[in-house]
Amino acid sequence: MEERPGDEPPQLPPPSLWPVGFAVGIVCLLVGLVISWPVAAVGAAIALVFGFLWARDVTKGRPEAPEGSALPADEGPPAMPESEPAERFPRNRFLEGATLGLGALIGVIVTLPAAGFALLPGFLKQKQHKVDLGPISGFEENKWKIVTFVRDPTHGEISRRTAFVRNNGLLNGVPSFTILSNRCAHVGCPVQPGGPVFAKEEKTIKSHNGEVLITPMLPAAGYICPCHGGSYDQEGNRIAGPPVRGLDRYEFDIVNGRLVLGDLYSVIKVEGSGKTAKIKAVELHGPGQHADGPESWLYPLQPPH
Amino acid sequence: MAAKKSERRDKLQSAALYPLDWLEERSGLVGGLKYFLFRKVPGDTSWWHTLGSATLTAFLVQLVTGVILAMYYKPSPAEAHSSVEHITHDLWGGWLVRGMHRWGASVFIILMFMHMGRVFLFGAYKYPRELNWIVGVLLLATGLFEGLTGYLLPFDQTAYWATVVAVNINGTAPFVGPYLATVLRGGAEIGPDTLSRFYSIHMLLVPGALIGLIGLHLYLVVRLGVSSPPWSKEAAGGEPDDAPPPARSGLVQPGPRAAGVRRRPTE
Repeated sequence: MEERPGDEPPQLPPPSLWPVGFAVGIVCLLVGLVISWPVAAVGAAIALVFGFLWARDVTKGRPEAPEGSALPADEGPPAMPESEPAERFPRNRFLEGATLGLGALIGVIVTLPAAGFALLPGFLKQKQHKVDLGPISGFEENKWKIVTFVRDPTHGEISRRTAFVRNNGLLNGVPSFTILSNRCAHVGCPVQPGGPVFAKEEKTIKSHNGEVLITPMLPAAGYICPCHGGSYDQEGNRIAGPPVRGLDRYEFDIVNGRLVLGDLYSVIKVEGSGKTAKIKAVELHGPGQHADGPESWLYPLQPPH
Repeated sequence: MAAKKSERRDKLQSAALYPLDWLEERSGLVGGLKYFLFRKVPGDTSWWHTLGSATLTAFLVQLVTGVILAMYYKPSPAEAHSSVEHITHDLWGGWLVRGMHRWGASVFIILMFMHMGRVFLFGAYKYPRELNWIVGVLLLATGLFEGLTGYLLPFDQTAYWATVVAVNINGTAPFVGPYLATVLRGGAEIGPDTLSRFYSIHMLLVPGALIGLIGLHLYLVVRLGVSSPPWSKEAAGGEPDDAPPPARSGLVQPGPRAAGVRRRPTE
């Protein structure tokens, strides 16, 4: 049977080991991102070297034409007579351009507002809400309470959050509180007190934000996350498990003798305890995001919280 | 007598075929469907080659049951869980359709992985089918995303906390993570809009993407043909077995061997 054009075998680059090395490097890099920086660096180096070799292999490995020495492309007779360019009228060209241009314009006009509506509301008006937790007298000195409250009354029960509150007594004549968020700094599960919770002594307070539930508890072993075993001491410092930092805290205010919660912030380290504790605070980070050390360079900008 | 009978039969046949001919003349759809169904495949394809169709069937089941569930489901935080309970316990057949959708989701994912394993082990991803492998990987990713967004919809404690964890894991991606998490939640925290957002993504955005990708996937399958299994003597350039198993002909059309259209590599 005669050979037809297209019957010849496809021109493939010869098999090579470079892609395998490249893949190993990428895997090393990804694993390194999770476990340690030197491993990631080694992985990146391997991937770069093998990727370069692979790319070189693929680009240079075109087999030469089978017979004789090939003429340079600009010598010899043309393989195909150049086709006469079809006659084009200015009006023709104008219509083509107008169709493409108008089509693109319409596409942009329709797409941009829709995409903006889909994405932007989540970043705008994310103001934090003040939450009234009732009179200070509800919090005895040096006793821990589990407090649950509705953060945003317009959102209702789905915005119910939990904080662990301890009245530290007066510091320079001003009441001092330790208010921990119960959101684990690993992947955001709710941490639990490592000790008894006195559910029978639960009290309900009416406040501007709806019902606030206050339950006494004794976190003798600090706080423990039920999901993956992250543990924290009473000040919220991480002591074991996968969390990347300590528990977040709420700012607070005393207004007319009532305790009012403010914004959340993240905590790198707490030295000391109670009212004299030294808190190294940073902007609120999401769970699992390092707030200090080189890993924190991965999260340079936080969206509005 | 006999001639009369066959005449009547011809008339009947042409009457039955008339609508098909009408359609074919105006759209070419009948010919296209015939081309799709009766295209040639290697003689030594096996049951392993049916995993792709099985995945497609699982997807169609998800599509149909999902559309029906959407008739009764209410994507608001206050009503979502009670509407799922209503579907499961009160409505006639609701437990069955919800169960099909729920377990069918796992079947779909498992079949995708099995299909992927078959393609990998048979080497069917090689030239000229690399692009179809890539489309398949995109299908796998979109399919998994479909599973992630669907998991929130029953809106019980499992659903809620699993979504919290999943979104926060996305939030740990370098540089874009915090923004990705905000986009997924539709805000800084999980709120009332998160549920309807996931619902919209789960039943409109991702299924649309899946249907488009499946169309592309099938187009490439038809265009490039099915690959022989690695043990195929035919594909290796040898003669096929002298005594091939009897062709399963007659089901839809004469088998390729019987019709003598089997193409040899030496031709």
